[in-house]
Amino acid sequence: MGLPLSYSIRNLWTRRLTTILTASGMALVVFVFTAILMMAEGLKKTLVETGSPDNVVILRKGSSSEVQSWVERIQASIIETQREVAFGADGRRLLAKEAVVLISLPKRENSKAVSNVVVRGIGESSLALRPQMRMVQGRVPRPGLPEIMAGQKIAERFRGGGLGETLRFGLRDWTVVGVFDAGNTGFSSEIWGDADQLMQAFRRLVYSVVIFKLHDPGEFLPFKRRIETDPRLNLEAKRENRYYAEQSEIMSKFLNILGLSLTLIFSFGAMLGAMITMYSSVANRTSEIGTLRALGFPRGSILRAFLYESLFLGLIGGGAGIFLGSFMQLITISTMNFQTFSELAFSFALTWEIAWKAIAFSLVMGLVGGFLPSLRASRMNIVESLRAQ
Amino acid sequence: MFILKLLFKNAFRHKLRTFLTLLSIAIAIMAFGLLRTVVSAWYSGVETSSASRLITRNAVSLVFPLPLAYKDRIRQVEGVTLVSFGNWFGGIYIDRKNFFPNLAVEPHTYLDLYPEFILSPEERQAFLRDRKGAMAGKKLAERFKWKIGDLITLQGTIFPGNWEFVLRGIYRGRDENVDENQFFFHWDYLNETLKKTAPRRADRVGFYMIGVDHPNNSPLVVQAIDRTFKNSLAETLTETEKAFTLSFISMSEAIIVAIQVVSFVVIGIIIAVVANTMSMAARERAWEYAVLKTLGFGGWHIGRLILGESLLITLMGCVLGMAITFPAAYIFKKTVPMYLPIFQVEETTLYLDLIASLGVGILSALIPTWRAIRVRIADGLRRIG
Repeated sequence: MGLPLSYSIRNLWTRRLTTILTASGMALVVFVFTAILMMAEGLKKTLVETGSPDNVVILRKGSSSEVQSWVERIQASIIETQREVAFGADGRRLLAKEAVVLISLPKRENSKAVSNVVVRGIGESSLALRPQMRMVQGRVPRPGLPEIMAGQKIAERFRGGGLGETLRFGLRDWTVVGVFDAGNTGFSSEIWGDADQLMQAFRRLVYSVVIFKLHDPGEFLPFKRRIETDPRLNLEAKRENRYYAEQSEIMSKFLNILGLSLTLIFSFGAMLGAMITMYSSVANRTSEIGTLRALGFPRGSILRAFLYESLFLGLIGGGAGIFLGSFMQLITISTMNFQTFSELAFSFALTWEIAWKAIAFSLVMGLVGGFLPSLRASRMNIVESLRAQ
Repeated sequence: MFILKLLFKNAFRHKLRTFLTLLSIAIAIMAFGLLRTVVSAWYSGVETSSASRLITRNAVSLVFPLPLAYKDRIRQVEGVTLVSFGNWFGGIYIDRKNFFPNLAVEPHTYLDLYPEFILSPEERQAFLRDRKGAMAGKKLAERFKWKIGDLITLQGTIFPGNWEFVLRGIYRGRDENVDENQFFFHWDYLNETLKKTAPRRADRVGFYMIGVDHPNNSPLVVQAIDRTFKNSLAETLTETEKAFTLSFISMSEAIIVAIQVVSFVVIGIIIAVVANTMSMAARERAWEYAVLKTLGFGGWHIGRLILGESLLITLMGCVLGMAITFPAAYIFKKTVPMYLPIFQVEETTLYLDLIASLGVGILSALIPTWRAIRVRIADGLRRIG
């Protein structure tokens, strides 16, 4: 027969202060662990949700982002006439030739802080290609006018980005006539305007990318092969979601490595803390353990009782850490994506997978920290421990 | 002296516990030190940038070029001594993972403007003479085991195609904070090739680097240059090199803030561990404290004993942690040389270590001291074990 579980739990309760201190050390480690994983997840989510698998992005071969790419007008027209391009309800092709440039804008709270923002020159079908777009204020800019609309994250954070304000670039003043919300996607950190107007302002003769919706999603691979081997075109085709996922690769890898190495180091500190607690818990109860052994409880059940105790300790820490971490979901941060060189705003995202990982991590900390002390408890000599005061 | 001996004896009464506490403080202090070093490594470019150099770029953003013709007009501005220019090339060496900064620069003026890159006279001559020549930093050359005369091919991302270079020079930094992880080649090579392949993009410069006769003149020169190109197709934005670097760093500020926050969390973790150790020690000695009180020692005296012990433990842990910070930083630097080329533990980091551990020592002693002061003699004596 083993010792009841309540024995372990009540031991933690009796020594509340120690339990709280040890668990809070572990909670902080778990908090850092979850927060960094949540950051990487939020970044990934934002960029993956930006693209749709039915859309295709056409870029210049070898360019790693839209800003670096260029597509000649004639090349864009060749793409436009391909049979894989879907038609919209109004009979027009669901294809947009877009020009993407970066401009530096000062932030609202501190005009010294400047960041690179994506300005996207859009075509008539650009909005139809992104169903997640929703106008929050104002209207869509009219073609042929120096008008722009700003993503919500831009309107909030950058000077001159709000409705009715003006931005100056390319020797012209651009009026913000609308603010749009594209949910949790990269588009919310962009400024959109008429492609022809913007290209004129930036003295650009070529588009950056061509985006279109596939008539039949299954046709992607043959289309890709045909386009990439066409000698007239020096272009490559990517599914839009795949393109955006690639944009998050370096950053989320960086965050994951950072997070894992940090928590690994930190967890040593917390495990030592758990070990200290468990050792003293064993030392204080020497005679009690002796009594239990004398009553006939085998070594195994003593070992288990102490291990349960330290696992509970880990569980409390892990739970508290996740609880703290869940508040991070309220925070939106913006930083430069190394790969695109432009500002991207994203939120911390808590998923079940992260929560499970954090709990597993805290249990491992409890287990490792409690193993040696529990072993010591189980190997005590009955007579000697009974004699101990 | 006697009191110190008493503190020592007390601290090491439970050898295993004190040892574990020391170890966890040392690990935490090391982690704290490494994180501070990561932050300062991020800012390292700022310190090496000179106040007498300016950067002029397109006011719209860095991706827009400036005409080559601006060079002569910039040179005419009063206070300007040297003008060099270049383009960010952004080439890939074999694989995207092998990232290093590579730039096309006008080599004569560039080497004059940046005396911190040291080349032997022969290598300098060889590099200047060969239009396909390139120079790489010492660390970069070591990373890919390049030797002088090696043929290096970069795959262009901004400028399509495969570009071949011959390594003609390997530079050293004048002092330790100079980034030896960069790759430079002739701007002419880029430009002449573009004239053939993409004539529209030729004769365009990514940025101008400008030497000023005296740092005090910088603000005037900055204004003069930007005024010259006001209302043109390519308006300029001129900044000191320092401001330019800082604006880059501020773009990824969120990550730095996150690292700073995390470095304070680690202090929180040690507080929890040390406070636990101290409160356990105080609880076990409640009986002794009662005896001391009976003998006439005041509560504050006992408080001082606890505080002293706590400080002793944290300071020992801190010294241990500082000692292992250096080898840890060295290992870190060896394993990931490309992310943070300059990675040195600063003196301020050590002072911060010290302040942090003093704070931890004091905070951890609070609860046990409060208990020791409040405990009534009779209660303390009654308590066993």
